[in-house]
Amino acid sequence: MTVKTPTASRSNLLLTLTRYREFGIILIIIILAVIVTLRAPVFLTLGNFRDILLDISILVIVALAQTMVILTHGIDLSVGSVIGLVAMMVAFTIKANPTIPLVVVVLLGMALGAILGSFNGLIIAIGKVPPIIATLGTLSIYRGMIFLYSKGYWIPPFQLPDTFKLLSKGTFLGIPHIIIFAIVVAILVYYFLNYTRTGRDIYAVGSNPDAAQYVGIRKQRIIFLVYVLTGIAAGLAGVLWASRFESSQTNTALGFELQTVAASIVGGVSISGGVGTVPGVLLGALLLGMINNSVTLVRISPFWEQAAQGLLILIAVVSDILIMRRVQRNKSK
Amino acid sequence: MSEYVLELKNIAKRFGGVEVLHGVSFGLRPGEVHALLGENGAGKSTLIKVITGIHQPDGGEIFLNDKQVHFDDPLQARLAGIAAIYQELSLCPDLNVAENIFLGRQPTTVGGSINWRKLYSEADRLLTSLGVHLDLKAKARSLSIAQMQSVEIARAFSLNARILIMDEPTSSLTLKEVAELFGLVRRLRDEGTAIIFISHRLEELFEVADRVTVLRDGSYVDTRLVKDVTRDDLVRLMVGRTISNLFPKQDVKPGEIALKVEHLSLAGIFEDINFELHKGEILGMAGLVGAGRTDVARAIFGVVPPTSGTIQIEGRQVEIKSPQQAISLGLAYVPEDRQLHGLIPAMNITSNISLPILKEYARRGWLQDKAERSAAFSAARQMEVRANSIWQLARTLSGGNQQKVVLAKWLSTKPRILILDEPTRGIDVGTKAAVHALMSNLAAEGIAILMISSELPEVLGMSDRILVMHEGQMTALFSRAEATQEKIISAATQTIKTVRAL
Ligand SMILES: Nc1ncnc2c1ncn2[C@@H]1O[C@H](COP(=O)(O)OP(=O)(O)OP(=O)(O)O)[C@@H](O)[C@H]1O
Ligand SMILES: [Mg+2]
Repeated sequence: MTVKTPTASRSNLLLTLTRYREFGIILIIIILAVIVTLRAPVFLTLGNFRDILLDISILVIVALAQTMVILTHGIDLSVGSVIGLVAMMVAFTIKANPTIPLVVVVLLGMALGAILGSFNGLIIAIGKVPPIIATLGTLSIYRGMIFLYSKGYWIPPFQLPDTFKLLSKGTFLGIPHIIIFAIVVAILVYYFLNYTRTGRDIYAVGSNPDAAQYVGIRKQRIIFLVYVLTGIAAGLAGVLWASRFESSQTNTALGFELQTVAASIVGGVSISGGVGTVPGVLLGALLLGMINNSVTLVRISPFWEQAAQGLLILIAVVSDILIMRRVQRNKSK
Repeated sequence: MSEYVLELKNIAKRFGGVEVLHGVSFGLRPGEVHALLGENGAGKSTLIKVITGIHQPDGGEIFLNDKQVHFDDPLQARLAGIAAIYQELSLCPDLNVAENIFLGRQPTTVGGSINWRKLYSEADRLLTSLGVHLDLKAKARSLSIAQMQSVEIARAFSLNARILIMDEPTSSLTLKEVAELFGLVRRLRDEGTAIIFISHRLEELFEVADRVTVLRDGSYVDTRLVKDVTRDDLVRLMVGRTISNLFPKQDVKPGEIALKVEHLSLAGIFEDINFELHKGEILGMAGLVGAGRTDVARAIFGVVPPTSGTIQIEGRQVEIKSPQQAISLGLAYVPEDRQLHGLIPAMNITSNISLPILKEYARRGWLQDKAERSAAFSAARQMEVRANSIWQLARTLSGGNQQKVVLAKWLSTKPRILILDEPTRGIDVGTKAAVHALMSNLAAEGIAILMISSELPEVLGMSDRILVMHEGQMTALFSRAEATQEKIISAATQTIKTVRAL
């Protein structure tokens, strides 16, 4: 009996672990880390880890918002264009008024994002246009507005004041600001989704819209809200993007929406709504960051880079499904 | 002041061009249980949804405490003190039991955050008072239908409403749970709550209701005191004619063995089930809800294959790994839950019925529309499906008519072995008699029927032999002659050891 106890408790621990949806993805992260480290030992250094976090900070901010949209069984494909448009407008504003306080810049970006997001929300919640069609439309409209607004010009680094660059580059207690932004957003979204009624209503609407409506949840308002929140997050991301890359171009964040969707899905958010957690999405973004990072580290030819990334994401998602299915089957036995 | 807390005057409701409520009036007194009765599709659920703000009436007025009201959405009705349990299950499958009870109004702390601890303790208290034991953290998706129904009841009771509406709340509950529910209903009534109660089980209505209002084809027929009416009166008011023979069982000489099950087990769910089912025989499966009868049926049909034991079909041993295989072997299974397993809600009646037999209507991959339509049409008519047209979406059918479509769908596969799981749940008395007559005819044609039913009169009336299960074990097998209500109940509630010892 004394011999038996430790194995029992160990398998118990494993069992509790597998209860969490995040189990599969953690396993995949570990496996990837081991493989890449074998080929490129730099991978497992603090500096590289910091690089990965820097790279995924903006992704985390927008992917968490995207998650709220997907939880309601929607999707927001316009986030990349919103980031680009806000980055452009903010960069022009700063160029014209270099002394403008940073707080105002950040708030301005979020307000612009809110306006663009509420336009999405209106057509989807009130106009009843399917989210994928509505935001595919605004993806083009907002991207087009970047050209109209900038008249094709771009803002190069030297036209932006250093104070603005420090918004993302500066550090606090050794941690880059941009990472702190991401952490704060993650905490806020976590609290919102788990400890407020509105947050829970988001899950309810995605899980069973009729049931949600029957208990008195105002479905349309919830749907409107998630697009506004996503607009705000994308607005913040636009400001940070301009600051981090010290410039603003017409193709800023082009295609970024797909990465935010990928981070959510890889992180276990169900595309049919109602299922998904903040820790899961954080892991999803981390895994994407690691994949991008390792593709560079092991020096794959740039021609192959995108394909390799896509392949790795596919492998991650499929193995996650396989792992979870295994776990389910063992549990039911 | 009128005597009513809630009064409806001349309510009309149209869907598309079709009017389904024609000027219905209805008065609800405080402290009464008021039953609403009518055939499938009579408009009961629609009337309820007009009261709770899900549907807006196209005509008529609603008065709450003599003040005219208009509810734009269910929230306004809820805030006005109206709670409802709807006929269709309305839980969020991805949220857990406790949260589903408090959906949309979770208890919060002073700061406005959700107070999860209070939520769980309140949910626990509520379920205990209903006599239900559930894992509060289990996802609603993993519950049985009976458990889901309990959660919905707990949700409605937790609102402390002045008006409580229950649309077929008992359809999946055990006798014991129904008794607990009625106890609570009476207590609420005595405290002054006004209650609207819908059920197709007339005996329940006699047990708990004070008054009854009958609807027929969307029109108001009459309101009576329950103590002044008989069962036959009610049936006549509902269907406009009397229904005499509820269990028209023909005597059929059983043929050879169609299905033989030996030592069938599914680890942790049920074990050692043994029976033979002959051609032309109706084998009833009795037991409490949750006894494992549905699991046995699903195992035989290949949904969740058994972990041990053997299945023989027409003398040949088979290993059924999937429903497709089961269908090709001549089996059909009409599941108990039409919402989850039986229907494609977004498809119309025709497509739903022809789904399992699409192949027959396809030539070189193209569907032969006309043949499909006429087959579906005759199947729907045989089941007396009441709908605006056979193009109506399954989702918008009344609850009982959805059930009929599911039956029609599986009968159209012309099975040799038919498994029916609660075939008449939620079906009105008239159609019930028709379904029973149909079963009897099918048996006479030589089809072997395995019928799971929690309604004892149905089991006793329709079965040639009766198998009783309790907590995953087979506790008795009676012939039609030896079976009595008492024997079945005792076998359904006692453990196998005691029964064997007797
Ligand atoms: N959303 C809808 N669109 C079109 N028709 C509908 C809709 N909802 C209900 N109906 C129709 O209204 C009629 C009344 O349906 P209702 O659900 O009120 O019946 P019911 O009395 O509750 O029947 P049951 O006993 O079967 O539950 C039916 O003919 C149904 O087909
Ligand atoms: Mg109904």
